[in-house]
Amino acid sequence: MASLKDMRVRIASTKATQKITKAMQMVAASKLRRAQSAAEAARPYAEKMDSVISNIASAATGSPGGSPLLVGTGKDQVHLLLVCTGERGLSGAFNSAIVRLAREKAYALMNQGKDVKFFCVGRKGYEQLRRTFDKQIIGNVELRSVRQLGFVNAEDVAKKVLALFDAGEFDVCTLFYSRFQSVISQVPTAQQVIPLEVSSPAANATAAKTSYEYEPEEDEILSGLLPRNLAVQIFRALLENNASFYGAQMTAMDNATRNAGEMIRKQTLIYNRTRQAMITKELIEIISGAEAV
Amino acid sequence: MATFHFDLVSPEKLAFSGEVDQVDVPGIEGDFGVLAGHAPVVAVIRPGILTVITGSTRQKVIVLGGLAEVSENGLTVLADVATSLEELDRAAFANQIEEMEEKLKNGEPGHELDREIERLDHFKSIQTQLNSTAMH
Repeated sequence: MASLKDMRVRIASTKATQKITKAMQMVAASKLRRAQSAAEAARPYAEKMDSVISNIASAATGSPGGSPLLVGTGKDQVHLLLVCTGERGLSGAFNSAIVRLAREKAYALMNQGKDVKFFCVGRKGYEQLRRTFDKQIIGNVELRSVRQLGFVNAEDVAKKVLALFDAGEFDVCTLFYSRFQSVISQVPTAQQVIPLEVSSPAANATAAKTSYEYEPEEDEILSGLLPRNLAVQIFRALLENNASFYGAQMTAMDNATRNAGEMIRKQTLIYNRTRQAMITKELIEIISGAEAV
Repeated sequence: MATFHFDLVSPEKLAFSGEVDQVDVPGIEGDFGVLAGHAPVVAVIRPGILTVITGSTRQKVIVLGGLAEVSENGLTVLADVATSLEELDRAAFANQIEEMEEKLKNGEPGHELDREIERLDHFKSIQTQLNSTAMH
């Protein structure tokens, strides 16, 4: 049985761990606030972009020879899964949940006889996917050294994806990220970005009546706008991911702190029992020794 | 004078939102002013200076490309980058121009290079405007 000193050391180390998890929880909470406001600040741009594109696209559809980013390459044999995950762990099931969704999708596609390729953004997703799909990963971007997530980061990723698309590496691109719903709930989401799924809401019925003047021509605007839209979608995914990550980390660290508290309580109980048992044993020895005299 | 609603959004933030009298937009095919009741237009923006006029105040914002949309709900500008004149770091801006010039020297001739040169020209024209306003 462990000696009293060993137990004291173990309790002290559990307490130290608890302090670390507690600190991480608080750091995550403050970073979450910033990540959340960043995600909210990006929303108007993405929404406006969406409505402008759907306006132009609904006017432009029907005309042959549209951009392949909008109408697709005409086939859907090769799928690219663009998987965005966090750079760090210690965030509960955050990274695994995204990877699991991507993996399920990949298997479903492969069962249909399609080819699947991966493009990873974030180190954790890359590490997890590498185990099963090593050969199918055609790109990997790490954002580890990035302190403040800027639009340039998303643009970088978009450029690489577009280069692959232009090279004919894939036909359909799906973006995987975690949507930030609330601090305790993050939803892994799959969103098809190439070819773009144009939302044609009922509101369009009235909005489409406004005939815009285009300067320059529609096609020209559209061809500039579509690659940009990809960057915007990726940027939004990264921001949502960031907020989700801190939310998940906060919850995970809160759990860890509580578990550590529970562990300390149990260990202290055993420690006290052992101590009392030893005192009793010593007393018995003294008393029986005195009686024998 | 009638006012209309103007939103200036960049990917990182909502830079401006409110009622204004007039906005001068640097369009890719020439500058144009937008007043209340403007016909619906979608226009691409070149890097340049956007002027927002509210009453007697003029606010200048530097936009580095983007898209302007005029609808009956007002004007929406989707700017790639939007910085107000006061916030702009002139030294950093000059640096950026130098970097672009550096890159162009090694560029291969082609469509891409032409676009970069055009972009550089826009940047330079912003800088000249900046310097000329600084003198006044």
